[in-house]
Amino acid sequence: MSTTAVHPYIESLLTGTRELATTPHPWLNERRGAALERANALSVPTTRDEDWRFTDLTQLTRLQLRPANPSRGAVSAETVQPCVVPEAGARLVFVDGHFAPELSVESEAASGARVTSLTAALKTEAQRLEPYLARIASVDGNVFAALNTAHLRDAAVVLIGKGAACAKPVHLLFIATQADTAQYPRCIVLAEAQCECTVIEEYVALSEDVYFTNALTEVNVASEARLRHIKLQRESGRAFHIASCTAAIAKDATYVSQTITLGARLSRYELNIGLNAEGANAEIDGLALISNRQLADTHTLIDHAKPNGRSAQLHKTIVDGAAHAVFNGKILVRPGAQLTDSAQESRNLLLSDKATVDTKPQLEIFADDVKCAHGATVGQLDAEQLFYLRSRGLPERAARNLLTYAFGASVIERIPVPSVVGRLERTVMAQTGAAA
Amino acid sequence: MMGTGKTLLEVRGLTANVAGVPILKGIDLVVREGEIHAIMGPNGSGKSTFAKVLAGHPAYEVTGGTVLFEGRDLLTLPPEERARAGIFLGFQYPVEIPGVTNSAFLRLAYNTVHSARGKDELDPLEFDDFIREKMKLLEMDPAFLDRSVNEGFSGGEKKRNEILQLAALEPKLAILDETDSGLDIDALRVVANGVNGLLRPDNAFVLVTHYQRLLNYIVPHYVHVMQGGRIIKTGGKELALELENRGYDWVVDEYKSVTA
Repeated sequence: MSTTAVHPYIESLLTGTRELATTPHPWLNERRGAALERANALSVPTTRDEDWRFTDLTQLTRLQLRPANPSRGAVSAETVQPCVVPEAGARLVFVDGHFAPELSVESEAASGARVTSLTAALKTEAQRLEPYLARIASVDGNVFAALNTAHLRDAAVVLIGKGAACAKPVHLLFIATQADTAQYPRCIVLAEAQCECTVIEEYVALSEDVYFTNALTEVNVASEARLRHIKLQRESGRAFHIASCTAAIAKDATYVSQTITLGARLSRYELNIGLNAEGANAEIDGLALISNRQLADTHTLIDHAKPNGRSAQLHKTIVDGAAHAVFNGKILVRPGAQLTDSAQESRNLLLSDKATVDTKPQLEIFADDVKCAHGATVGQLDAEQLFYLRSRGLPERAARNLLTYAFGASVIERIPVPSVVGRLERTVMAQTGAAA
Repeated sequence: MMGTGKTLLEVRGLTANVAGVPILKGIDLVVREGEIHAIMGPNGSGKSTFAKVLAGHPAYEVTGGTVLFEGRDLLTLPPEERARAGIFLGFQYPVEIPGVTNSAFLRLAYNTVHSARGKDELDPLEFDDFIREKMKLLEMDPAFLDRSVNEGFSGGEKKRNEILQLAALEPKLAILDETDSGLDIDALRVVANGVNGLLRPDNAFVLVTHYQRLLNYIVPHYVHVMQGGRIIKTGGKELALELENRGYDWVVDEYKSVTA
């Protein structure tokens, strides 16, 4: 047997993993070790891989990255303030992937959800975490997931108790401050039966630095629970953001995913939703608003494994400058997943001649009594709508901004957190204004 | 009043193309304050093109002639500046704008147009009071404020929404393009009452219409017949009735015999 040489880039990203302290939890040590082995065995995807056809990682592999330093000197309560979601009942702040307890507001199980760091959670909740942590997400074919797990040191943990109705959202805030670093944010959200909760996972940067965020989120939604997962990606415009989320949805449970992609030079989000039991539901909204030379790639998989599942997906992109949006939306209906009801829409707005979008709905249906609808459109701002607004006195630029905003509004306005909606409205208006 | 008011609009020898095809072939028209003009004519005569050219639709290329609005050269102004100067086009097919609420749109339009004329902007609460008053006059359900602009509105609701914008923007010259088409008799009456209530000594209306029906409710001072991109006959309100009874052919024949 020949041994394969480790990909030099991956080897550089594995710097520091071998020095990770052994935890008192053998299962965790094992999973981390296995991920390290997988990462060693895998290579960086290229555009020859079908799943990465449009997303060229060459630039990322040329970066000289180092692990982020755990010192959090650059971030104070004042720097966090503009990112605070006032509606949230608990907030965990991670700076360059490292937990910042002094900036966080943890919460106890008595409030409905225990929101804390993995380090703290493992002390009392290891048994609860063991079936899920580094288990929900497979690292087999995914080198970035393998790298994240190999680096697993701390994580944001949200444990929502059975039947808990959490009125206040949980905010998980990841702040990047150090240039030329690789960061490994990690979240795990476990929603017990019949609970209801909203979790906001947000990525921001303090400056326009080059860095690499490699994030992984695992979600389990137990029977009849309802979890809303809002992901806001507002990385630096020069950053690389590669993230995946795997969600396992149980009987009659609902998972709502709302993802807004604004930042990063190159971003990739892989969302894998397993509707693993009868009557499981998923509602998936996505909006990417990009300009200049940004690339935003969204790959989703909705796996209907059992009967009576429902999924509704709306993915929108607004692409300006020489930016490039990629959407690959796979709907899998497995044999026996009868009476599946699935709808998928991909709507894309191109604001410039150099903007491009590649959208690919992918339906694989192995059951015969199902309803699956899908559609994709790519268009420009409507000339008649523009004239209508201008004929009512709106300057052309304001009219363009309003129509651009309106295109994205249907996704933004479905987020039931007013401060997040308000902030996104201002960001989108400013971004489209700057681009018009 | 008629014929003595200040000149608002003065069109001389206006010609225009759409996609390279000449549609307007030399239009002359003078509209003074306090006047209601009706422009009638068969389909394809250029009526709607004329309306859109006055409002500044970018798809229409003006190839000759002049248009003065209160003495200003209108043709050099983009559509938004024409609106602020006091021109209003009521659309034949009002455009749906999903994602923009009618109230936000109306307030944005109101504030843009009125601030350009030196009036104070209204905040959302003040505007809400203002627009609800106007809606009452048009017998419009306030629920239309919270819906996206024209989205899912019936034909009649869309036309009422046009007249609501007209009422809010208080233009000096309103050009209503086929406002009567698609309206049942009740809606027509409401729209006509709205228009009649908005006529003042210092503004004017140009009604573009295919049928005489609207003119039973809004009585024009002048009726113009358009054919082949020109105004070929002008008369008083009785001309509309004559057209209703006899059709357009006789006007065309008369015009041909004069120009032959």
